Amino acid sequence: MTTLWPRIEPLLAGVEKPARYIGMERGSRVPNHRPGSVSWLLVYPDTYEIGLPNQGLQILYEILNERADAAAERSYAPWLDMAAALREHAVPLFSVDTHRAAADFDVVAFNLSAELVYTNLLECLDLAGIPVRGIQRDVEDPIVVAGGHCVFNPEPMADFVDAFVIGDGEEPVGEMTEVVGAWKRAGRPGGREAVLRELASVVGVYVPSMYEVTYDGPAIVATTPRYSDVPAVVDKRTVADLADWPYPREQLVPLIEVVHDRLNVEIFRGCTRGCRFCQAGMITRPVRERPAEQVRAMVEQGLARTGYDEVALTSLSSADFSGIDSLVAGLVSDQVGCGNVGVSLPSLRVDAFTVGIASEIQKVRRTGLTFAPEGGSWRLRQVINKLITEDDLYAAVEGAYSQGWRRVKLYFLVGLPTEMDEDTLGIAELARNVVKIGKQHTKQASATVSVGGFVPKAHTPFQWFGQNGVDELRRKINMLRDSLRKSAANVKWHEPQATFVEGIASRGDRRIGAVIERVWRAGGTFQEWSEHFRLDRWLDAMAAEGLDPDWYVTRHRTEDEVLPWDHIAAGLHRDFLWQDWQASLAAHGLPDCRWTPCYDCGVCTDYALEHVVASSVAPAGGSQGTGQNLSWGAAVPISLGPTRSPVVT
Amino acid sequence: MRGEVGFPVRVCFTKQGKVRFISHRDVARAFERAFRIETLPLSFTQGFSPRPKVSFGLALSVGHESDAEFLDLELAEQIGLEELPALLSRSLPEGIEVRAVQALADRAPALQEAVSAVEWEIEVIPARAGVEASPDVVNDRVHAVLQSTTLVVERVRKGRTSSEDIRPVLRRITVLGPTERGTLVGVELSTRPTSVRPAELVAVLSPDFCEGRVRRTGQWIERGEERLEPLTADPRIAVEARAS
Repeated sequence: MTTLWPRIEPLLAGVEKPARYIGMERGSRVPNHRPGSVSWLLVYPDTYEIGLPNQGLQILYEILNERADAAAERSYAPWLDMAAALREHAVPLFSVDTHRAAADFDVVAFNLSAELVYTNLLECLDLAGIPVRGIQRDVEDPIVVAGGHCVFNPEPMADFVDAFVIGDGEEPVGEMTEVVGAWKRAGRPGGREAVLRELASVVGVYVPSMYEVTYDGPAIVATTPRYSDVPAVVDKRTVADLADWPYPREQLVPLIEVVHDRLNVEIFRGCTRGCRFCQAGMITRPVRERPAEQVRAMVEQGLARTGYDEVALTSLSSADFSGIDSLVAGLVSDQVGCGNVGVSLPSLRVDAFTVGIASEIQKVRRTGLTFAPEGGSWRLRQVINKLITEDDLYAAVEGAYSQGWRRVKLYFLVGLPTEMDEDTLGIAELARNVVKIGKQHTKQASATVSVGGFVPKAHTPFQWFGQNGVDELRRKINMLRDSLRKSAANVKWHEPQATFVEGIASRGDRRIGAVIERVWRAGGTFQEWSEHFRLDRWLDAMAAEGLDPDWYVTRHRTEDEVLPWDHIAAGLHRDFLWQDWQASLAAHGLPDCRWTPCYDCGVCTDYALEHVVASSVAPAGGSQGTGQNLSWGAAVPISLGPTRSPVVT
Repeated sequence: MRGEVGFPVRVCFTKQGKVRFISHRDVARAFERAFRIETLPLSFTQGFSPRPKVSFGLALSVGHESDAEFLDLELAEQIGLEELPALLSRSLPEGIEVRAVQALADRAPALQEAVSAVEWEIEVIPARAGVEASPDVVNDRVHAVLQSTTLVVERVRKGRTSSEDIRPVLRRITVLGPTERGTLVGVELSTRPTSVRPAELVAVLSPDFCEGRVRRTGQWIERGEERLEPLTADPRIAVEARAS
């Protein structure tokens, strides 16, 4: 197979940021395409700058290239100017590594991290010359795969994706390589149907064409396998021990500036905080920590190899890592490489202890610090189970301003269950108090309130909740803006129209596929870029398909409703989620299970991980946000069993 | 202040092939990473956020190649420089190759001020279908342009249009021969009183032309009658004692 570079090169003089398309990053591999081996094209369906840092894609890139029977290359969604140039000159989508045509790969695999990129997946397939619908593909076309958090509700993309990987991809990509390789070497017996059916038996792989959805009017009756050897429920995959997977070993170092442009070392997966709005926290359970020694080694080797002067310790709540304070102190004291190295914790907990860590690692450039209280009142924070008290927040903010930070950024959600106007106005109250605290320390003190509309997600306790409509979200945002008009706090918000479309896709079913295709055909790519987003394209497409947007977005679901993702298992018992939803409506918080009796959510049972997860040592820095009164270093009684939902009020 | 405490070094490097599509700023970042990978003992600026003491020469546009780019850095301690080109090259992106380094005299003039002439090889290609950019056609235009006494171009800077005469900075334009798509010309330009971009020069030759491949082939520091390579213009004398 030949490189398309001679045909791509002349196009680059006429496009914005041509280096998006050249590859050549430090850490990129020379793929070894052997006859009979399986070639994977890993595609992030957004711009290079957003897609390149994606750790999931980089991990799979390395794992596949380390295999003797596989080779992997990468691609990213070409920006509009490049897409137009490719079409004009009949050049197909290509890999950035060796500039091979996407359609020459055996597998084209997409990372789906956000609903608004769905139309970009269709655009990439079309640019590749691959039919967008699975049913139109023939035996020579690549197998189209998707993974990432969004595929925990795969149904809206079921028409376009041949096989979804649910959960951690490290192990299934190898098993899929074996299936596809054997089929390919045998001369593709039985065509696509045969290999897809074989893939359906890989644990964690969901092949939508092997399932039939039956409806009663708008309601789903059931999603059932077509064959007896196809599993009725697809279980997610979970890597049991991160220590076995020290990836990426050679993080890619892009030549142009990208988001998260630094060394990223994942310190744990999963989260036990139990925030009810947070899909990531639910679907990535259980908590699996990387051994501190391995973290140190990955940081040291990564910095030495990449030349980065900043490392982020990534996870869903990095301050919760066991012994985070000594880990950070160690990294700061043994400075690796040449010059000063910065350490950052991207997901900060809202408490004074966390600010203490932040000040430990950020000796200079103390400009902005971000906290996410998410809800404007203690009552609402109990509803969403983000158990941050006002005292926690004010102590954190006091700590930040007193130690030299000048800007504090606060993240909130609006449109949460049971939310009343006093909760929304509570955001303004918190922001005013934060500014007041700041002004006692510096005249330059400012606060930014960043507001996002809440989108209920599959496999969370809020999967039954009717999302706020566009007008209601806008009303709340305007109320908040009015309330803060004379304040030093400024308000930034996510466009409610985009939130609405996220709602269509996030809890949509298979019928939404036709909507996504219509929006793409009408030119709706890069929908997460506000200048390219148009709500009417989506509403027109819904109308054309005879679908009611409000039925999908703003309607409350009942306990007995069959949900489009009920045949996908994230490990959480459905009755645990329903009970947690009911506790939420009663404004009952659920303490962090790392330091309390097990609630039997269902996730740990399969991995025998209870004792890895349950910690006998109270969280570093005290019990902030755990819903309990624990003193640091004291023993925490651990009991496992059926005890369920002890609540705090 | 350069040279006061550290050991200044001038670096000559190339930018060729695919890597020509990264920006001047990206090149600077790639060098900073290479310095850290090779744990080069750089001097740092004092102050709130210390930066390594590195200064680049004239910027090179995205898409243009070069055989002769320069940067000055300052080392905090004296190290052997023989290995430096190979060490840096292995940690830089493919196509950016350090060709040579030279210990620099204290208080040598900065590259941006010192370089007074730049040489280019510019491929002139047809701007659209139906026009020609063969060596003969280009040669006629080159002669016409060199015979003119003024060449006024319109420039837009910060939203304001101004007219500038670029004739004084055109020193030499020579047709070198045909390329697959057009004609290769060799050009030498002064950097003062104004700098001229290759695209501007090509547009001045004819609106029917545009630039294809562009490569900077040389930079010069001129002092009176002397014409010096930047690398060797201000060498630190090997036996020079570091007085005070």
